[in-house]
Amino acid sequence: MTQSVVVQVGQCGNQVGCRFWDLALREHSHVNKKGIYDEALSSFFRNVDSRLMSSLQAVLVDMEEGVVNEILQGPLRELFDSTQLITDVSGSGNNWAVGHWTYGSAYREQIVDQLRRAAEHCDCLQCFFLIHSMGGGTGSGLGTCVLKLLEEEFPEVCRIVTSVYPSAEDDVVTSPYNSVLAMRELTEHADCVLPVENQSLVDIVNKIKHMSHSGKPGSVIKKDSAIISGQGGVSGAEKPFDAMNNIVANLLLNITSSARFEGSLNMDLNEIAMNLVPFPRLHYLVPSLTPLYTLADVNIPTRRLDQMFTDAFSKDHQLIRADPKHSLYLACALMVRGNVQVSDLRRNIERLKPMLPFVSWNQEGWKTGLCSVPPVGHSHSLLALANNTCVKSTFMELRDRFTKLYRKKAHMHHYLHVDGMEQGCFTEAISSLSSLIEEYSQLDATKDRPMPDAARLNIAT
Amino acid sequence: MSIVTVQLGQCGNQVGQELFEVISNDANDTQRKVYSECSSERFFNETANRELVARSVLIDMEPKVISQSIAKTGKSGKWRYGDRSHFSQKQGSGNNWANGYCVHGPRHEEVVMDIVRREVEHCDCLAGIVAMMSVAGGTGSGVGTYVTQCLRDTYPNSFILNHLTWPYGTGEVIVQNYNSVLTLSHLYQLSDAILVHENDTVHKICAQLMNIKHISFRDVNKVIAHQLGSVLQPALTGDSHGIYNRNPIGQLMSSLVCHPEYKLLSVCNIPQVSSSSMAYSMFTWPGLLKHLRQMLIANSKMEEGIDWQVRAPSLQPEGTERTGSHRRPGFNTSLANLLILRGKDVNDAEISGFQHPSLYTPWLPADEAFSMWKTPVPFNKYEKSAILVSNSQTLLRPLDNMVGKAWNMFASRAYIHQYTKFGISEEDFLDSFTSLEQVISSYSQL
Repeated sequence: MTQSVVVQVGQCGNQVGCRFWDLALREHSHVNKKGIYDEALSSFFRNVDSRLMSSLQAVLVDMEEGVVNEILQGPLRELFDSTQLITDVSGSGNNWAVGHWTYGSAYREQIVDQLRRAAEHCDCLQCFFLIHSMGGGTGSGLGTCVLKLLEEEFPEVCRIVTSVYPSAEDDVVTSPYNSVLAMRELTEHADCVLPVENQSLVDIVNKIKHMSHSGKPGSVIKKDSAIISGQGGVSGAEKPFDAMNNIVANLLLNITSSARFEGSLNMDLNEIAMNLVPFPRLHYLVPSLTPLYTLADVNIPTRRLDQMFTDAFSKDHQLIRADPKHSLYLACALMVRGNVQVSDLRRNIERLKPMLPFVSWNQEGWKTGLCSVPPVGHSHSLLALANNTCVKSTFMELRDRFTKLYRKKAHMHHYLHVDGMEQGCFTEAISSLSSLIEEYSQLDATKDRPMPDAARLNIAT
Repeated sequence: MSIVTVQLGQCGNQVGQELFEVISNDANDTQRKVYSECSSERFFNETANRELVARSVLIDMEPKVISQSIAKTGKSGKWRYGDRSHFSQKQGSGNNWANGYCVHGPRHEEVVMDIVRREVEHCDCLAGIVAMMSVAGGTGSGVGTYVTQCLRDTYPNSFILNHLTWPYGTGEVIVQNYNSVLTLSHLYQLSDAILVHENDTVHKICAQLMNIKHISFRDVNKVIAHQLGSVLQPALTGDSHGIYNRNPIGQLMSSLVCHPEYKLLSVCNIPQVSSSSMAYSMFTWPGLLKHLRQMLIANSKMEEGIDWQVRAPSLQPEGTERTGSHRRPGFNTSLANLLILRGKDVNDAEISGFQHPSLYTPWLPADEAFSMWKTPVPFNKYEKSAILVSNSQTLLRPLDNMVGKAWNMFASRAYIHQYTKFGISEEDFLDSFTSLEQVISSYSQL
């Protein structure tokens, strides 16, 4: 079995990361009632002295101590070895340059050491998961610096990044700068990026709360089954943001399920990158998760299974606000968990195909995986990862917000004061973003044009 | 004479295991001692404690499938795999042919060839090597191609037959067409013959003939194993005078592959019914052979849904040259055919329908184009089986589709960076496309 290492950077990265460990433990203990160490656990957890509560394959980085300290005082403290934590005191002041250049160089050695240690504990390291946010200073700046380090030190290991993008009303004024500067690094150095927008998470959480309070007959939500719920996990009462972070944690749980559990059609992480990334820079995948909750009324017939597939392609279940159905699909992966057969999968793909516009050279661009173990509280679940040109609109909005600030040179002196940072970094970053948008646009342009088959080679007879 | 099989990747290992199951059941089943002994000798090595060990090498880049196979066969008690006959890694090839061919293949060449060598040395006399793999993924296709190359270099005088499983047309892996094109173009140079099963076709057999409701890969693999087993089990050739054919692979090659440009073989095996209907089915040789012949010329893979409208073209009058105008739409022209009959009253079967020159391409004399093997021993519980191994235009359309889709994708250079980063260049792709267009052209002109 292959292993992965989770690297969580910054406040958001660490909070999401902790929700992930919490839920992963809940999932594994649910599957493994006897509490015996098994193969699936080894996927993330290192076995130390054969204790079940073994150390995790994780590296935690934050430049202020608040969040990491909370972790060390909370119930998850048993799981982390103090050497896995890299912290400083003063934080990055929401400044990408401080995170990337100042802390990046100061902690470079320590970070590389820690990464090497985590990798050495793996029999077979397949993937690094980086979790961070784009809008702040540490997650954004130091996080992308770590990404570069991962590429330098472990060029053969896949890098999958979960990035939380700020909403337009973000209270950090400089978040557009931080995001665009980070985007350039993601485009150049990540293998796959799963963008998540805070606004979408807020919408999903509100929708679930509305459902559970509306009290409509037949719509009572089963306890523990909402993916925003951390109930049954190790940590105690829920804190604000917990609900939103749980959603992102569930995303990671599902994407790694094939590596942790058995199934009839395994989907390895390196297969995800291989099948979903047709051009190196176009590696931004729209994630959508279903179900978001399970209704307690068990008399609803199993039409639910097909409904699950339909939901995965509805905007309510996406983790970014975009419109894939009116843009162009380059490729799509479906990771199904639970008691679902190949025939169900094929039937639903046939049903949904006519409604989804795929690029002309990839009309059958579906990659599928079946994992037999469903998530806690559900009989089945589906994660869809779509490489779709609709991400372009998210990036264009980001570019607009950036331009508004940049035109007035607002706040730039905070950045330019930092050693290693220059005006050029800004111009390069925005130009990288623009050319990325342009690449998506060009593909979009082929959308409604009927493409003739490419002329085949002529063989002299 | 013995056959060594090399099982590569998930599909190769799963199908291989079913194949040995079929062969072992078939050989145990029969009361014909000579047949059983010949089959055992061919596929198994008998150890000092009278155990049957398959003459097989298991290769995969991730461990799960091989461990399951070894565990399962260990329990059955009828036969097992050799303790040191397998090799696996942990990573897998990520559905990437280039990763399999350029990285994993060379990296593990020595270990793999050592295992093969040991298996070959256990054979008194090597009849040939059968390599089993799929073309859609990364290991079977990429590592499989590399290993075939090593086999060719190490055993230049042995016969190498590649058994390939082609994926469902609607896609299991997005880059399957690239992987398939790269595999086929390389194997065409390395292999002596390429025997193909298509998932789509076998799936239909499971659905329509065998009435299986929820078809799993295991069902598909069992049908493939049944068909492949029916080709490789002992049989008597025309001039073997009652002794089972000692050189099956060699004879297969000389009957069917007379020209290096034409190496693609397909298999039809009838009847194929669900085990529950077997007791109620009665088959006669005339009935079976009539259906089989029509299946051949109308390009149908099953006894159901045959297009009986397709007829063999009428012959030109004596003395005139047969030209391409004799070709009719929908008619499947053959280069060569091998008919294998197994079961009761096999000597009564009337096979002249397969010898008619109108079935064959004009530039090969009809009597060289057709061969027949037979045995009175029934195969795998079927009282009578008729098997046709055919070198014909059957695979032309699926091959053309596969190349067409791959070419469309290549035209936009999608996914190419995933291959170039491991050492396969655009030039390599173009070479592969060119080779396969040549094969398509050759078969079109039969």
